[in-house]
Amino acid sequence: MNSDSVTAILLVGVGGQGTILASQILSEGFVRAGYDVKMSEIHGMSQRGGSVSTQIRYGTKVYSPIIGRGEADVIVAFEKMEALRWIEYLKPDGKMIINDYEIPSVPILTGAEQYPEGILGDLAARADVSVLRAADIADEVGNARVMNIVLLGAAVKALTAAQPETMAGIVWEEIIRATVKPAFIDVNIKAFAAGQAAG
Amino acid sequence: MREKKLLTGNEAVARGAWEAGLVFASAYPGTPSTEILEALAGYGDDLYAEWAPNEKVAVEAAIGASMAGVRSMAAMKHVGVNVAADPLFTFAYTGVTGGMVLVSADDPGLHSSQNEQDNRNYAKAAKLLMLEPSDSAEAKAFMKLGLDLSERFDTPVLLRMTTRVCHSKSLVELEERKPVPSIPYVKNIAKYVATPQNARVMRKNLIGRYADELAYANGEAVEIGVNRIEWAASGTGDAENDGTGGGQAGEHIGVLTAGVSYQYARDVFGDGASYLKLGMTYPMPIALVREFAEKVDKLYVIEELEPYMESALLEAGIACIGKEVIPEWDELNTDIVRQSVFGKQPQTLASDILPIPRPPSLCAGCPHRGFFYALSKRKNVMITGDIGCYTLGSAPPLSAIDSCFCMGGSISTGHGAAKAFAEIGADTRVVSVIGDSTFFHSGVTSLMDVAYNAGNNTTVIMDNRITAMTGQQENPGTGRTLSGAPAPEVDIPGLCIALGIKKENIRIINPLDLAASNAALDAAFSAQGASVIITRWPCALKKFSAADKSEFDLARKICEIDQDKCTKCKMCVKTGCPAIRSGEQVVIDALTCTGCTVCKQVCSFGAISIKE
Repeated sequence: MNSDSVTAILLVGVGGQGTILASQILSEGFVRAGYDVKMSEIHGMSQRGGSVSTQIRYGTKVYSPIIGRGEADVIVAFEKMEALRWIEYLKPDGKMIINDYEIPSVPILTGAEQYPEGILGDLAARADVSVLRAADIADEVGNARVMNIVLLGAAVKALTAAQPETMAGIVWEEIIRATVKPAFIDVNIKAFAAGQAAG
Repeated sequence: MREKKLLTGNEAVARGAWEAGLVFASAYPGTPSTEILEALAGYGDDLYAEWAPNEKVAVEAAIGASMAGVRSMAAMKHVGVNVAADPLFTFAYTGVTGGMVLVSADDPGLHSSQNEQDNRNYAKAAKLLMLEPSDSAEAKAFMKLGLDLSERFDTPVLLRMTTRVCHSKSLVELEERKPVPSIPYVKNIAKYVATPQNARVMRKNLIGRYADELAYANGEAVEIGVNRIEWAASGTGDAENDGTGGGQAGEHIGVLTAGVSYQYARDVFGDGASYLKLGMTYPMPIALVREFAEKVDKLYVIEELEPYMESALLEAGIACIGKEVIPEWDELNTDIVRQSVFGKQPQTLASDILPIPRPPSLCAGCPHRGFFYALSKRKNVMITGDIGCYTLGSAPPLSAIDSCFCMGGSISTGHGAAKAFAEIGADTRVVSVIGDSTFFHSGVTSLMDVAYNAGNNTTVIMDNRITAMTGQQENPGTGRTLSGAPAPEVDIPGLCIALGIKKENIRIINPLDLAASNAALDAAFSAQGASVIITRWPCALKKFSAADKSEFDLARKICEIDQDKCTKCKMCVKTGCPAIRSGEQVVIDALTCTGCTVCKQVCSFGAISIKE
């Protein structure tokens, strides 16, 4: 099937966490490496604190812009409970990067439900999981808002390990420079490097 | 080599319009169509683009621009076409001068909509030539082709997009703009004045035009690859198939598909099947379909939502498998197509721990929260709602909206309910809540009805100084246009008075002030006749203007809970604020709190204070 030659990356999180910007940078990297790329994102109501996903597929020829269950080579979960929600989209031999960070949803905030415990241990027992504390790393770098770029750095590290040839020629710092606002270039580049180191 | 760029379908439509020499564009924002006009505004002086107060106005303005001799477009979400349908159906009769394309962005799966209607049926009902792109490259190409075909066949063209085409990025080759000379205006009453006498002739022309368009769909559209057959890799279509298309060994599978469904079908059926991929789906090129169907052993129709193409095949007596296996609801994906056709489940991982749902909610600091909290405490009240962020006021714990149908519907639905309650002697009060942009869209005529027919529902215009739901667009109340130019602001209280609402029955309040919200509701419920409450405070996500900063106290504050005073009564939690978390202690997240103080006002124990 065609999809065999396509790599699929899913970035999942909560509205407002910056999954779209991270996906844009990743997609641009694959374009520069000469691949066919499709990226799908969701706008509108679900962005208001809801569960969000952006999806990237790249390869020599890509048809579907979205990823089916069991098809993601890499999932980057910007929030722990979202990792749980999307685990069925991971290929059984895929890689999951989880930000050890909790954003309680409204039923949890109101006390109607409890934030689930033991997520990291449970997922690590089932899949190839890397965990990092991207919020702490972003704070150390100097801006809590670059958590998404820390996670991008970790994702790039995982992808480079899996596909060294594909990733070799992509100069990510250059793309970050061209994508983020000038005042935030330095902190984003630091965040990217810190994410790579931690991933 | 031309530059290739990753564009969303929406950006590609805008690029195509610009390249094709488009001069005029109008739209009302609506997910998933909003970014088309935002992208067009970026082309600056080459063309003119504006936000219209609603979709009907947008289409009418585009009709005027076409009559004036330039290429024009209007863009909207699927339900917006319902609003614009009146001019659209007659515009199909008159035809165009400059080319005109209507972009309908459908939302299969209801990512951000109240229904998942399939607007391909509009093409059939109004006899509009229809193009359906399947990715961004086609979105650009079909926008350009649409303007050409509009002029060639003298018809408005429907460019039918869906969420996954609008909001997916794929590679697009960029070309230069080719300006198109404008067509001098010539008075033509027989063409444009749809009196019964003229429209009878137009109707015959419309039917006649269909035959020409059909010939194009079966002929030229195939030559240029807009409608195209992709034969199975293993043969020319007559040859035996190796079975990787999903059929039995030796069985040649054919797939008829269009739009984004083509992408899913290609991934599922692979290179072993043959495809008839339609870019032009009205008129349906039945001769081409028949030719394709005769060369395959089994024909699948893969389409989202309604059996639009399948119905055309059934009418023509062409056997196919469509909705008997493919669901008629939700958007499709490879997973659903594979499972529906072949019964195959993917290998997946699962956890024993269940994630808690994460529904969207009103933001921390949202000005709607205070008023909704006050409203939610009222008994014996029906609350009719509308389309916007504030529809989230229907969610627990506020649960302060009882209905949501369409743009502008809250006020008239409330009017009918209030009249019915009065007729049957029920004392239930009716409150209609509507946002500023939605009020301008189609609430004004509803409020006119309330005033004219002595209604007594209370209309709440939630003026958060922006069109918030679709991502902060300007509107006639904000003082700015799409391009950021200064504009007059609608005087909402003045407008209400002009419609016939008594001045003493109109109150303007800060919705984050619970005492003011309650006082306004008390006054409204004791008023004689219709009343209006205008809640005026900017959206928490808004980039505040200089005018906002001078009018409102927007200095950032943070609320905090004194744990010694907190009795864990959870009154603050019941405001539904996402910055407040209830656990062993009730705490406020300093990062998300904006200091709106609604929680502080509901606390009976003085446990919440402002940290400056």
